[in-house]
Amino acid sequence: MSDVLYYLLCGGLLLGVMAGIAMLSRVKTAPYGNGLSALCMAAAILLVMRRYELVSLRALWICLAIGLILGLWGAVKVKMIQMPQTVALLNGFGGAASALVAAVYVWQAGPGGGFFYTAAAITLAIGWFTFSGSLIAAGKLHNRIRPQPLIWPGHSRILILTLAVMAALICLLPLWRQGSGAVAVVLSLVSLFFGVAFALRIGGADMPVAISLLNALSGTAGAVAGMTVNEPLLVAVGGVVGASGILLTQIMCRGMNRRLPEILTGATVAVKPLPAADAAGEAAGNSADSQLQAGGDPAGSQKPADDASTDRQKQESGAPSGGKKQEADVFAALRSARQVIIVPGYGMALAQAQHLLKKLSDALEQRGAEVKFAIHPVAGRMPGHMNVLLCEADVPYGQLYEMQDINEQFAHCDIAVAVGANDVINPAANTAEGTPIYGMPVLQIAGAPLVAVCNFDRKPGYAGVENPLYDMDKTVLFLGDAKESLAKLLQALDETV
Amino acid sequence: MEPIWLIVIFAATALAGYKLIRQVPSLLHTPLMSGMNALSGVTVLGALCAAGAAVYSGSRFCAYIAIVLAMINVAGGFGVTARMLNMFKSKKEAGGE
Repeated sequence: MSDVLYYLLCGGLLLGVMAGIAMLSRVKTAPYGNGLSALCMAAAILLVMRRYELVSLRALWICLAIGLILGLWGAVKVKMIQMPQTVALLNGFGGAASALVAAVYVWQAGPGGGFFYTAAAITLAIGWFTFSGSLIAAGKLHNRIRPQPLIWPGHSRILILTLAVMAALICLLPLWRQGSGAVAVVLSLVSLFFGVAFALRIGGADMPVAISLLNALSGTAGAVAGMTVNEPLLVAVGGVVGASGILLTQIMCRGMNRRLPEILTGATVAVKPLPAADAAGEAAGNSADSQLQAGGDPAGSQKPADDASTDRQKQESGAPSGGKKQEADVFAALRSARQVIIVPGYGMALAQAQHLLKKLSDALEQRGAEVKFAIHPVAGRMPGHMNVLLCEADVPYGQLYEMQDINEQFAHCDIAVAVGANDVINPAANTAEGTPIYGMPVLQIAGAPLVAVCNFDRKPGYAGVENPLYDMDKTVLFLGDAKESLAKLLQALDETV
Repeated sequence: MEPIWLIVIFAATALAGYKLIRQVPSLLHTPLMSGMNALSGVTVLGALCAAGAAVYSGSRFCAYIAIVLAMINVAGGFGVTARMLNMFKSKKEAGGE
């Protein structure tokens, strides 16, 4: 096959992949886009095997078949709630595969000058880092490894030192050809260690950012591996994946009010809940009216916000603070509601309550209410995770609203129901300066006239900031398992039928 | 291919990809990411080249592993993406009113 023809075919396949990605931007066309990309990938594999005359090598076909079967088997088996760790694991496989390609190149003393050896060294570094970092991330998401950040003494110094060693080895590899094999081995080991040290320090709540970043790195590793073996199609597709990962990383950072350098350097992990909580309560009490048109609870701001037991007593003993809403108010509001907004959070997913939530939504619709789901960009454990979980429960995607589209509507609904959501509905983000969530875009649920919160407990969420919403008069808490709380709401709806 | 062209290709496709992916709504970000997993399995092309060029049995074994890992990415990524995308239903399809 002539070079010109080969490059033309590569260009065509690249356009196919790009068209497939473009089709992903609409729900209707997305499945076809995915299919088109898959088709192009299959064609690319055949094209490369043809060009390098590998078609007759049976071992390669066997390897391809093994990978195909394992991959499809995994794709069928995996549960939707496990998507974050699945994506993390696949990121790791991609990184490892690229690193192995570079390792083979160095081992075989491949052709070409310094450029190709430099590319190989960079591939080894990024690839192994992505592999070990992704395994740790997947372990944390799967609760095999404690999700809390693990910080060693002098962690930052260790990381910087490791990074410097990696940079030195990358420079050394193309310069010292005789010892390139040994350098490659050491570089691989150091990179593996760097990935572990890096990922251990990232906490469970920051994982969406970490997997997006590792996604970008696995693509970049592929692209640089393509430079190593001089394979333009690999470079091109790797570049696309890298760009996608970077974009998603940016989106997640914005949604969580984090700056990437803070997450990477572990600056976000030290949070002291108590002072933050006081600040949150006070600030919310002072400016809730202007910010949220939400009559803040002045009593709530004066007492220590962490004193949950008195809160609960107050709630159970029938609201000394006058207008405190009761469970009965929620039931009545649900029965007569025209507009209901449901805010699902990761707690809903943990409790596996999405199917019950769909039942509640159906029951409300039968009574003539319009039900909307408000989805925060970081609801769930990865970008877009909550949408997938709700769609699995047969919620039509037309009912899922993005934050900026639904925020104005809270004021017009009859009741808002939060299920397992905490940080993403915390009004302290608007007001409590100095807390980790200050300035984070949140769902303005406090703008609703009545709020039902079905959370497990009233503890702060991952950000460690107390939620002043819980103390507002308009808020009714249904603590405990989300399934039981939802069942209670459903039962209340049925009672008057 | 000259190294400079490889770098140009990388920069150009990264920019084009960024533009395309910005159009994807956050509704579809999880399938987008798993789809990108599948695409990052494109390194299977490099693994095939490496396997073809490998002479020592040790390095050939490495290349075989790379093929399997990358192919898991391709098949698993596209498979799980297809599964997810098929769950997205509009109101009529979901059997609503």
